Amino acid sequence: MRKYSIFAIAREAMRAHKGWEAQWNSPEPRSSYDVIIIGAGGHGLGAAYYLAKEHGITNVAVIEKGWLGGGNTGRNTTIIRSNYLYEESMDIYEHSLKLWEGLSQELNYNVMYSPRGVMMLSHNVHDQQSFKRHINAHRLYGIDNEWLTPEQAKAYCPPLDISKTARYPINGATLQRRGGTARHDAVAWGYARAASDRGVHVIQNSEVTGIRRGPNGEVQGVETTRGFIGAKKIGVSAAGHSSVVMEMAGVRVPLHSTPLQALVSEPLKPIFPCVVMSNTVHAYISQSDKGELVIGAGTDQYNSYSQTGGLQIITHTLDAICELFPIFRRVKMMRQWGGITDNTPDRSPIQGVTPVPGLFVNCGWGTGGFKATPGSANLFAHLIARGEPHRLASGLTLDRFRTGRLIDEAAAAAVAH
Amino acid sequence: MSASARDLGAFRIKDAGRHTPARTARFTFDGKTYTAMEGDTVASALLAHGVHLVGRSFKYHRPRGILSAGPEEPNALLDVSRDAGRRQPNVRATVQEVFDGVRIASQNRWPSLKHDVGAFNDLLSPFFAAGFYYKTFMWPKEAWHKLYEPFIRRAAGLGEAPKEEDPDHYTSRYAHCDVLIAGAGVAGLTAALSAAATGVSVFLVDEQPEVGGALHFDAGTTIDGQNGYEWAQAAVARLKAMPNVTVLTRTTVFGYYNHGFLGLVERVTDHLARPGRDLPRERLWQVRAKRVVLATGSIERHMVFANNDRPGIMLASAARTFLNHHGVAVGRQVGVYTAHDSAYEAAFDLKRAGVSIAAIVDCRSHPGDAVLAEARALGIDVLTGHSVINTSGRLRVSSMTVARNGGSNARKIAVDALIVSAGWTPSVHLFSQSRGKLRFDEQNQRFLPDIYAQDCVSVGACNGTDDLSDLIDEAIAAGGGTLALTGENSFEWTGGMIGAAEGAGPDTVVKAFVDFQHDVTAKDIRLAVREGMHSIEHIKRFTTNGMASDQGKLSNMHGLAIAAEMLGRPIPKVGLTTFRAPYTPVTYGTLVGHSRGDLFDPARKTPMHALEAAEGAEFEDVGNWKRAWYFPKRGEDMHAAVNRECRTVRDVAGVFDASTLGKIEVVGPDAAQFLNLLYTNAWDTLKPGKCRYGIMTREDGFVYDDGVVGRLAEDRFHVTTTTGGAPRVLHHMEDYLQTEFPHLKVWLTSTTEQWAVIAVQGPKAREIIQPFVEGIDISNEAFPHMSVAECTVMGVPSRLFRMSFTGELGFEVNVPADYGPAVWKAIWERAESMGACLYGTETMHVLRAEKGYIIVGQDTDGTVTPDDAALGWAVSKKKTDYVGIRGLKRPDLVRDGRKQLVGLLTKSPDVVLEEGGQIVADPNQPKPMTMLGHVTSAYWSENCGRSIALALVAGGRSLVGKTLYVPLKDQTIEVEVTDMVFFDKEGGRIHG
Repeated sequence: MRKYSIFAIAREAMRAHKGWEAQWNSPEPRSSYDVIIIGAGGHGLGAAYYLAKEHGITNVAVIEKGWLGGGNTGRNTTIIRSNYLYEESMDIYEHSLKLWEGLSQELNYNVMYSPRGVMMLSHNVHDQQSFKRHINAHRLYGIDNEWLTPEQAKAYCPPLDISKTARYPINGATLQRRGGTARHDAVAWGYARAASDRGVHVIQNSEVTGIRRGPNGEVQGVETTRGFIGAKKIGVSAAGHSSVVMEMAGVRVPLHSTPLQALVSEPLKPIFPCVVMSNTVHAYISQSDKGELVIGAGTDQYNSYSQTGGLQIITHTLDAICELFPIFRRVKMMRQWGGITDNTPDRSPIQGVTPVPGLFVNCGWGTGGFKATPGSANLFAHLIARGEPHRLASGLTLDRFRTGRLIDEAAAAAVAH
Repeated sequence: MSASARDLGAFRIKDAGRHTPARTARFTFDGKTYTAMEGDTVASALLAHGVHLVGRSFKYHRPRGILSAGPEEPNALLDVSRDAGRRQPNVRATVQEVFDGVRIASQNRWPSLKHDVGAFNDLLSPFFAAGFYYKTFMWPKEAWHKLYEPFIRRAAGLGEAPKEEDPDHYTSRYAHCDVLIAGAGVAGLTAALSAAATGVSVFLVDEQPEVGGALHFDAGTTIDGQNGYEWAQAAVARLKAMPNVTVLTRTTVFGYYNHGFLGLVERVTDHLARPGRDLPRERLWQVRAKRVVLATGSIERHMVFANNDRPGIMLASAARTFLNHHGVAVGRQVGVYTAHDSAYEAAFDLKRAGVSIAAIVDCRSHPGDAVLAEARALGIDVLTGHSVINTSGRLRVSSMTVARNGGSNARKIAVDALIVSAGWTPSVHLFSQSRGKLRFDEQNQRFLPDIYAQDCVSVGACNGTDDLSDLIDEAIAAGGGTLALTGENSFEWTGGMIGAAEGAGPDTVVKAFVDFQHDVTAKDIRLAVREGMHSIEHIKRFTTNGMASDQGKLSNMHGLAIAAEMLGRPIPKVGLTTFRAPYTPVTYGTLVGHSRGDLFDPARKTPMHALEAAEGAEFEDVGNWKRAWYFPKRGEDMHAAVNRECRTVRDVAGVFDASTLGKIEVVGPDAAQFLNLLYTNAWDTLKPGKCRYGIMTREDGFVYDDGVVGRLAEDRFHVTTTTGGAPRVLHHMEDYLQTEFPHLKVWLTSTTEQWAVIAVQGPKAREIIQPFVEGIDISNEAFPHMSVAECTVMGVPSRLFRMSFTGELGFEVNVPADYGPAVWKAIWERAESMGACLYGTETMHVLRAEKGYIIVGQDTDGTVTPDDAALGWAVSKKKTDYVGIRGLKRPDLVRDGRKQLVGLLTKSPDVVLEEGGQIVADPNQPKPMTMLGHVTSAYWSENCGRSIALALVAGGRSLVGKTLYVPLKDQTIEVEVTDMVFFDKEGGRIHG
């Protein structure tokens, strides 16, 4: 892999950029691999990269039914934070955040990690109780997050309306300064390039149609639209379609898939310095480096695999955004789209072994998968290589729905009395 | 206002165009005043004055002009303002109509449009190849966020967002119709005439101020023996007169969603000099149509060749619109570069209007015979088999370099405008949004509708139907009626190409723009392919082709063709990027409409709200409710008011508005059995006239809600829920009733808003309400704690509960909501005279915490079992089934060491803990610390004379008496674990 740098650009600029090589390979699949990962999103590509880099397993294929990074990796609103409540969550999201901090250098690919701060708005006493609980937990766990008064919040994010007459006045906010955004496509591309460089095969436009199992129930490989490909181990990392893929191995996972929509505005000069989220009014917003206001909403109310959503979700989201930021009423929506989120009953991910020998699963990231990408990928690689979870992911097992040891991040935002 | 012809611009053509000369408007552009004609767009008005330079591109800050005459415009994006609050960035000059006094400014330039420092980027462009930013700015690590990103962010983005709150308002309409027709060109109008005659309800929608579509520029078409444009105006007048037809102009169908649901935006005032204050700026229409006819036409493509972006280079059809509709010539010496016959007609029209045509350069060897013959007849020089391989001119095109295909015989030809056409792209945006599947028409190199996903039909140019009489027949059929109508074009058109033209060639140096706004060139697309981007989605994202505010209306097909050529694969194999809503950008305010302030999320107020406000109540938001929080007397702060209220309730009594509690009437022969299944405790044993506190768990065994349930009769229960939980509990009950227990005869009715609830709590509670209660004995013996009765209060039918959330003797008077204020007034008058107080939610919280009563959602969080919350007593050991029974048996829910609710007392009694404080055994351990739990409730208790708290603590009940620590940001607080009851531990007062 030829290193990217300002000098490489200068050199290529002299010869009309004719010397750049393909960022990743597009090989014909081998007859078998040591490990097959299903799903070439950030998590799957990242896991392949870390398998090669940290575990010396390079005979790896990542199989993707469409184009790499085309699922939720390329559809999310790119928010990164680690200020979750429970220790299991803090472990993996903070692990991830630490990896984000050095990811561009690690991959030699500018993923544009931008720690511009993630602010969460508190609108009532209940929000405040919940946020204080988070902040205290974060401080004792070694994660940055702080409480801001409305005036401090306004100083950090000037477009905020902190008037008392707002329908949902702001009585404070939390701020995780290390939180922020990154360039979602670059994450997939950077991992694909780095994994490819270490010998991993990235096989696009090949849909897995079945998982073949041996006499003892162990995995033997996958049936694909390009034929059978053998594998000793299989990792499933297929986001909204994970339940469909897992069914192929006869494993039911407790997921329900719902569309999640987002939208961007026309490009504008910088006006919005950070990420702001409000659970009470259900909206979040940031501004991309291209100048678009990137806005997300809650999930649709019905289960679906359709990557479109209704207009009413978008209008409701914009109601909320314009209530928080009245100056944005004249801004225009340029594009709206949806992705399929895979949600677990406790809104925390599943990463672990399965009842099928050789089959590993990484799914259930719901609406929070992007921020977890490096951490999840790193720990998923560990799981596949060692056959058992890393300490930091040991609570994310599929088994927890049987034992009841849930990690209920949704409950952490329980509605008040 | 009148103006001489000269004021209207040197490029106005006498007697051309359709505007009325007497009606003019004055406007400013970058501070300079110009005069326009009413009906002009900003683009046509500026061109009339010879102004082509209107903006700077996104990345290289190249000078840019007006490319089109429609919504596809990628370059001419301007800042348009009426006044400071009514300023709109990124407005397309080709869509915005001029009105008197409008102020227009260019964007993305400093210090001026002509001298823009950012243009330095253009010199550095060899470095700024597609995706260069992924390859650099990585050193040192922190520099991206601190140095490079702020720089890039300042450079990027086009307009400035408004900084003041929008003074305009927006509105919204819902409508149904039998047929919605998108587009009112020949096809749309014909379909509308055909459909309307059958009597069905018709919506005809067009984004332009006037109907006619392509007839705006195509002056040679005859319909029904009439000039096409005049026919269109007459047709729409007929349609408007029909009661079953709604015609919406200046209205864009921006989204085609599922089941015939369409989003439309109508621009109501943006073209008016003095809009009435009562008019909304824009109106959102949400229309459900049985059937949709798409008559959205097609969009002309530009030619991709070196330096094809200079001001003065524009689409041929745009030049024709400016001439034939607005009466404006785009230049005096105009070059034509085309791969399609249609551009010839633009040249003919210009020539006839007295504009000199430098040459028609046609990259094809064999254009249509008819247009060639006409060109000869008009004396226009036609160079077939030639290409324009370059242009020059800094702020406006001044020449084109023409060569024979292959590069020989190159020469410069002076021009002051260059009009181009690579052919026409059918507008299949809405069809694709409806999830229809496209096919590739190899012969004409275009995507056309193939498989429909909804009840929808495409007609005319958007369906690839070019011949006018075919188009009319198709539109009549789509309308479902019959109609005698004929039409004739002046010429048959052929031709078209996609991808880079000669001169953009395989060269990797020249800038042959594909996407103008984002500065994406043909070489950028080739670079993306070389770098392994083989999916069109990767190419789009890597180069940002088609991601600008025009969303690729001009660029997508060219980009696709260049990629396909580079990949050596047929176009359909490379794929097409998804067409997403909206078709053109939609104002947030329009989507929001009236959902502002209280209409955004209507606040719920209890029947007694106004009376409480009159007593000086401060309110807090609880879900959608406004609840009285505390009642400060003169000079009291919250702390003082709450202390007084807490004391008074326990010493005398207090009156509290409990109306917000959720109430569900559960009725039917199986009502008790149903509640047995929904709650953890037993209900069949509850006698009519009695109440019981109930816990509801979810399937997973965790506490979901709680409340007191009264049994009014064998088959009738009055269920109460938490305030926030009311809707979801009803939903939860209905869900189970309909899916799991459909055999039970039970009916559920939400009665939350039907009852006003006045709680009277305290030693004097009975004495206060006694005189008002009629028909029952409320003595302690006859009506003990946890009784319920139907009676009258002040003659009003009422449900009286003897219950308490304070630990005091208490009653809750339920009266029909409309009677609430009257009963409240009477009770409060008497209570006040006896020394009682009004109290709010804060006092309620303190008093219940003194008694160790939990609040679901504050002291529990969805991970708490009844036993964790010290409510194990409310879980039936005998019942064989209820929701949650299996969940509660899971290993983790019965293990030792679970977090349990306990009391906490600070070592220093004056210190009030922070709710949300985390609890540790050893405050000096290194991070990450092991946290045992957290403080759920913490208050100053005036009645206890110290602070009190509740907390969830791992193994909490076994730690009673032990010391733990709550490390806060600036201090660590030492606490002792206690039981949960801090006041009246014996519990005698409640039975008083």
